[in-house]
Amino acid sequence: MSSPTAVLFDAPGPKARLRHLVLSVLGALAIAALLLLLIRALAAKDQFTAEKWQPFTDPVTWTSYLLPGLRGTLVAAFYSVILAIILGTALGMGRLSGWAPVRWACGVFVEFFRAVPVLMMMLFAYYVCLFGLQISGDYLSLYGVVAGLTFYNSSVIAELIRSGVGSLPQGQREAGLAIGLTPFATLWSILLPQAITLMLPSIISQLVVILKDSALGFLILYEELIRSGQTLASSKGNLIPTFLVIAVIFIIVNYALTWLARLLERRLQRSKRGLKPPPEDVELNPEMVPAAAEANALSR
Amino acid sequence: MIDGLRELLAEYNILAAFWMTIKLTVAAAVGALVIGTVVAVMRVSPIKVLRAAGTAYVTLIRNTPLTLIVFFCAFGLYITLGYRLGPQDSPIDVQNFRWGVVGLSVYHAAFVAEALRSGVNTVPQGQAEAARAIGLRFGASLTNVVLPQAFRGAIAPLGNVLIALIKNTTVVATIGVAEASYLMKGMIEFRSDLIYLIFAIMATGFVILTLPVGVLFTTLSRRLAVRR
Repeated sequence: MSSPTAVLFDAPGPKARLRHLVLSVLGALAIAALLLLLIRALAAKDQFTAEKWQPFTDPVTWTSYLLPGLRGTLVAAFYSVILAIILGTALGMGRLSGWAPVRWACGVFVEFFRAVPVLMMMLFAYYVCLFGLQISGDYLSLYGVVAGLTFYNSSVIAELIRSGVGSLPQGQREAGLAIGLTPFATLWSILLPQAITLMLPSIISQLVVILKDSALGFLILYEELIRSGQTLASSKGNLIPTFLVIAVIFIIVNYALTWLARLLERRLQRSKRGLKPPPEDVELNPEMVPAAAEANALSR
Repeated sequence: MIDGLRELLAEYNILAAFWMTIKLTVAAAVGALVIGTVVAVMRVSPIKVLRAAGTAYVTLIRNTPLTLIVFFCAFGLYITLGYRLGPQDSPIDVQNFRWGVVGLSVYHAAFVAEALRSGVNTVPQGQAEAARAIGLRFGASLTNVVLPQAFRGAIAPLGNVLIALIKNTTVVATIGVAEASYLMKGMIEFRSDLIYLIFAIMATGFVILTLPVGVLFTTLSRRLAVRR
C-alpha cells in the first residue's frame, strides 16, 4: 500500500526543504512550549513534589494497590475474552446457518448487543446477579464485568468470524460440499479454522478494547486498576501522579498486545499469500486498533 | 407490565436523561471532529515533527481507557487542580458536564483522525499529483483537493465513530453526569422489581439513537462517495 505521506507532497526541492526546516523548528518549538506549559501548570499546583511521587518507590504501593488492580483488570479481560470467543463463534456460525430462524435470531442478538453500551450491559448484569439471582459476595462485581464485556464482545467477534468466512475463496466451501461433507461440517472443519486464523490479529486487537472497557467495572465496584489507583490516591493525596502511572501501565500493556497482533498479521500475510486481505475490522468496531493499518503505517 | 411502565415514566424523567446523552454526543462530536482533523492533517503533513506528534497522540490516547481520561479531566483537572471551564460560578454538575465533553472529545479525536486518514487513503494518487501539477502547495492541495474528497470517503468510518461516541457517553455516568446510564443505575436501585423493564426501556432508547445514525451514514456514504 502506498503511504499517505507520499500521496500529498513531492520530494522537496531546496526552497521547500528550507521551508520544511523552518516549519519543523516552529512545530517542535510549539509542541515543546505546550508540554512546558503543561509541566509548569502541574508544577505550580505542587504535582511534582517528592512526597507525591515517593509512594511509587515504595514496594507496598505496588504489591497492595497497583498490582492487585492490574490483576483484576487482566482477570476480567481474560475470562471475558474466552467466553466472548466461545459465544462469538457460536453466534457467527448461527449467522451463517442455512436455517433461517437461527440466522435471524443470531442476527437480532448480535445487532442488539452491538447497539447497547457496554456500561449499561454491565450495570444490568450486576443488578440481575444481585437482585435476580441473589448472588452476593466477592465475585459479584466480577460476574457483572465479565457478563457485560462478554455480551458486547461476542457480537463483535461473531461479526469478525462472519466477515472472515466471507473473505475465504468460494472454492473452499464448494470443495467441502463436493467431498460429501454436510454444510455444518464444511463450516466447522474447513471454513472456521481458516477464518479464525485469518481474523486472529483482529481478535487480539479486540482484546485491547476489552482491557480498556474493563475499566468501566469501576462503577459496579470492581477492583480493577483505576479503582485500586483511586484508593491509593485518596490515602496518599496524589491523584494526578497515580492517574499518570496507571495510564502508562495501560499504554504499555495495550501497546504490547497491538504489537503481538501486528506480528501475527505479518506472519499470516507471509504464509497466506494467495488469500484476499481480511476485511477492514475497523468497520466493525472503530475503537479497535487495526493491526493491518498499523503495520502499513510502520513500514513506510 | 403496562402499569410498571406508567409508574416508571411518571417517577423518572427518562427523556431528560436521553436529552443529556444527545447534548453530550453533539458537543463531543464537534470537539472530536475539530481536534481529530488537526491531528489527521498533522499525520499526513510533510513536517516530520508534526507527523510524529500526531502519531504519538493517536497511539497514547487510543491505548488509554476512556474512563481514565474522563476521570483525569473531572477528578484531576477540575477537583484536584481547580481548573474551571466557562463561567467560574457555574455549579458542579455543569462543570462535570463540560469536563466530560472535553474527555470524550479528546478520546474520540484519535479515532476521528484515523477515520480521516483512511479517507485520505481513498483519494487516488493522481488527484494530489494533479493538484501539485497545477502549482498548488501542500496546504492548498490539502484544503482544496484532498481533504474534501477525504471527508467524503471517510463518511462511513466517521459514522462508526459517532455511533461509538453515542454509546461511550454513558462513561461520564462515572463522574455523575445525569445521562441515560446514570438514570438507569438510580432507577434499578430504587425499583429493583422492574429491573428487566428498566433495562428494556434504556436499551431501546440506545437502539433508537444509534440505528438512524447508522442508516443515515450508510446512505450518506453511498450518496456522497466520489465516483471513481
